[in-house]
Amino acid sequence: MQDHSLSLAKPTEGLLSQKIGASLIAAALLCAIIAAFGQGETQSVLFFGLIIVFSVAGGIIFSIPYFKAIPGIKNNGIMHSPATNRGGIAWGIAILMTGFYIILYWFPNYLEGLIRTMDPLSSMLRNKPSDQWFLYGTLYTLAVIIMGIRFIGKYRSNRYQVFRTLSVMFFQLGFAFLIPAFLLKLNQPEFYFSYFWPLKYSYLFPNDIDYLIQSGNIGVFMVFWGLVMTFIATPILTYNYGKRWYCSWVCGCGALAETLGDPYRQNSDKSLKAWKVERWMVHSVLVFVVLTTALLWLNSWKNGTILGDASGLFSQCYGFLIGSVFSGVIGTGFYPIMGSRVWCRFGCPMAAILGLFQRFKSKFRITTNGAQCISCGNCSTYCEMGIDVRAYAQKGENIIRASCVGCGICSAVCPRGVLNLENLAEEGRFESYTRQGNK
Amino acid sequence: MNIIIIGNGITGITCARNIRKINSDATITVISEESKHFYSRTALMYMYMGHMKYENTKPYEDWFWSKNRINLIQATVNHLDTVNKSLKLDDSRILNYDKLVLATGSIPNNFGFPGEDLNGVQALYNLQDLEKMEKNTSNISAAVIVGGGLIGIEMAEMLHSRNISVTMLIRENAYWANALPQEEAQLIGNHLHKHGITLKFNTELKEIRTIDQVNVHSIVTKQEETIDCQFLGITTGVKPNIKFLKNSSIEIEKGILVNEFLETNIPDIFAAGDCAQFRYVKTGEAPIEQLWYTGKMQGETLANTICGNKTTYDRGIWFNSAKFFDLEFQTYGKILPEITPEQESFYWEHENGKISFRANYNKSDRSIIGFNFIGIRFRQVIAEQWIREQKEIEYVIDNLKQGWFDPEFSDAYDKKIAKSFSSNPIN
Repeated sequence: MQDHSLSLAKPTEGLLSQKIGASLIAAALLCAIIAAFGQGETQSVLFFGLIIVFSVAGGIIFSIPYFKAIPGIKNNGIMHSPATNRGGIAWGIAILMTGFYIILYWFPNYLEGLIRTMDPLSSMLRNKPSDQWFLYGTLYTLAVIIMGIRFIGKYRSNRYQVFRTLSVMFFQLGFAFLIPAFLLKLNQPEFYFSYFWPLKYSYLFPNDIDYLIQSGNIGVFMVFWGLVMTFIATPILTYNYGKRWYCSWVCGCGALAETLGDPYRQNSDKSLKAWKVERWMVHSVLVFVVLTTALLWLNSWKNGTILGDASGLFSQCYGFLIGSVFSGVIGTGFYPIMGSRVWCRFGCPMAAILGLFQRFKSKFRITTNGAQCISCGNCSTYCEMGIDVRAYAQKGENIIRASCVGCGICSAVCPRGVLNLENLAEEGRFESYTRQGNK
Repeated sequence: MNIIIIGNGITGITCARNIRKINSDATITVISEESKHFYSRTALMYMYMGHMKYENTKPYEDWFWSKNRINLIQATVNHLDTVNKSLKLDDSRILNYDKLVLATGSIPNNFGFPGEDLNGVQALYNLQDLEKMEKNTSNISAAVIVGGGLIGIEMAEMLHSRNISVTMLIRENAYWANALPQEEAQLIGNHLHKHGITLKFNTELKEIRTIDQVNVHSIVTKQEETIDCQFLGITTGVKPNIKFLKNSSIEIEKGILVNEFLETNIPDIFAAGDCAQFRYVKTGEAPIEQLWYTGKMQGETLANTICGNKTTYDRGIWFNSAKFFDLEFQTYGKILPEITPEQESFYWEHENGKISFRANYNKSDRSIIGFNFIGIRFRQVIAEQWIREQKEIEYVIDNLKQGWFDPEFSDAYDKKIAKSFSSNPIN
């Protein structure tokens, strides 16, 4: 006879630490508001310390239950909670995040006090005072790290999930935050080695290239790096591993989507209609950026005589509509309503190019294991890109879709071990399983 | 051709879809009393636990049915007239058919326990049961589950996710012992225990008690032990849902009797899935198959026959899968709880007590019979190929890596298994 008191895991065990964690994060938010109202200018070190300590401690304490539970992915209550099922809390968070982006992009003066709290860190890392973008970068990196810890706790039974999350945390902290800051400190151009054209569209614009080349050997290397990554490394890596090498292992947008956005991944639209809209939109953005780049080069080649300011206007439009409104305000602000990969799915031109490679020329696929699918729908529900994974799996077909970022969650949540991300021979990857009789 | 299918579970729907694939002219109507649209019964537990909403469990969007001209009717069939080839529905509509498919599925077994009509006592089979369970389990603290099978453990996980303490009464001496060998049964039992589920083996339900004559209050086991509970889940298996055929001319026994083409004794009437019972069964095969996978295969086979391409139902190499809390289980080939004298069994278990491997083979020619995997994902094509080609156990052990299907960066245990195999005295 087993004694119930010996039982090891009770689902409520984590409640206290979640309350403490959430309280600390709320305290960090309050400190940020007070700082923004002006206190940040006079007591920058104090408020910087409070915000960082409260949010990091809060995030870690909040994540403790995930690490204490018996390993195994649990999505219990996600569809019941107003925070994750597009309820009141989700809308509140969406408005908060969207509003933050609007203030950050167009009314940064309201954030002056908050920006000043980052001065100590900024002068340490970059030798110059903070600005709105440094504030944004710091908060962004903080979110990736804190929510990355939570993610690792939740998915720690799956090593693919742990490794790729450590990878995006590393690239965000090192390549997208520290290295650009150090470059500034060394009086070099602020350059992000983990972003390439067309996501970082200006890296192949004539102005940026001119500027980089004029700034010396390191600048020349940066131009070289950008060209190699866009035109050589990207096709080779995507051929061998699918677009996931970038979207789920390196990219900063992916990093935020996978960590901060993870609680909302189920809210992506899985309908056929959404897929149609997605294909039109994402490929239109790709055409837009290619056209913009081509125009700028044409203009630069003709010394601005043919197009005049038109090409500059074109690139300004792209920067405003796609670079700011789409990728920031909608792409991130709408996480709680439209799922975590709104930007990646509907707007990212890099994802579009990688997707075309993945669909037509790659070794990557998600293999369906024979006839083992029970059509339960966990895979489709938790696909952040809105792919109806089940539609393929239940037919015994492999999943080869341009939009798949290879996050591997479909495979992780499958209760029957039906799905596996693989890089095998290119030949035969579209072949489906056919069952043979005994005779 | 006017085809009516009764039942919109995996069997009926697979049949309807496959008929449409072959025949674009046939009129296809699917009748269900449970739900208008097809949803995945396998996801009932995930709805309760909040992993998915009802919408997420539908494998096809709602426009799919009209686009494929599959008519859906939500109604109960009250009467079947095999002479005039017509059905009478509960809304007194009369429908005529040229061909009729009975895919009515199962209903839960009941054993007439005293008190089983009390509030809080129920089985779990369909959407209505799920709604009932939602009501029955709000604000309760303790539940008992009778039956140690697949639905029992799903129910345990469901209740556990709502922080309700669970005691399972299991007739055998280990979990699911009529299907699993002792080692696997024990491993799973230990895992359940770690999750806080109380398992009472060799225990059967005697009676269900109430204080207020309305709600369940406690149960008594055959050993006269009383256990307090506000919910009692009865998960002691299912039987074919054939009540409405009792007075028809269709031959029934436990289920609707069918031949290898899934034809009943009446021309143009067919049965498939949980409700069908095969007249002639090969040794080692069950006359009634109550699995998602077999239902799907039967529906597919029957679509061929109905469309004029008479096809024998063939199970192929047996396979099944399950998940016990965090432990995934896959089986290929026929693994019996106890091997026959002609067989040999090799079992390996990881020291963490969560991963295991079993291969059964014939003593005489050492050919592989089947596999059990817990905590290991394995390729079905490879397992099937080896079983079909009767590969020797030594070959299988040496080539295990070929079938490995665990996510990237996971540990592969093929070397450990091979080492254990070569040091095993019986080999």
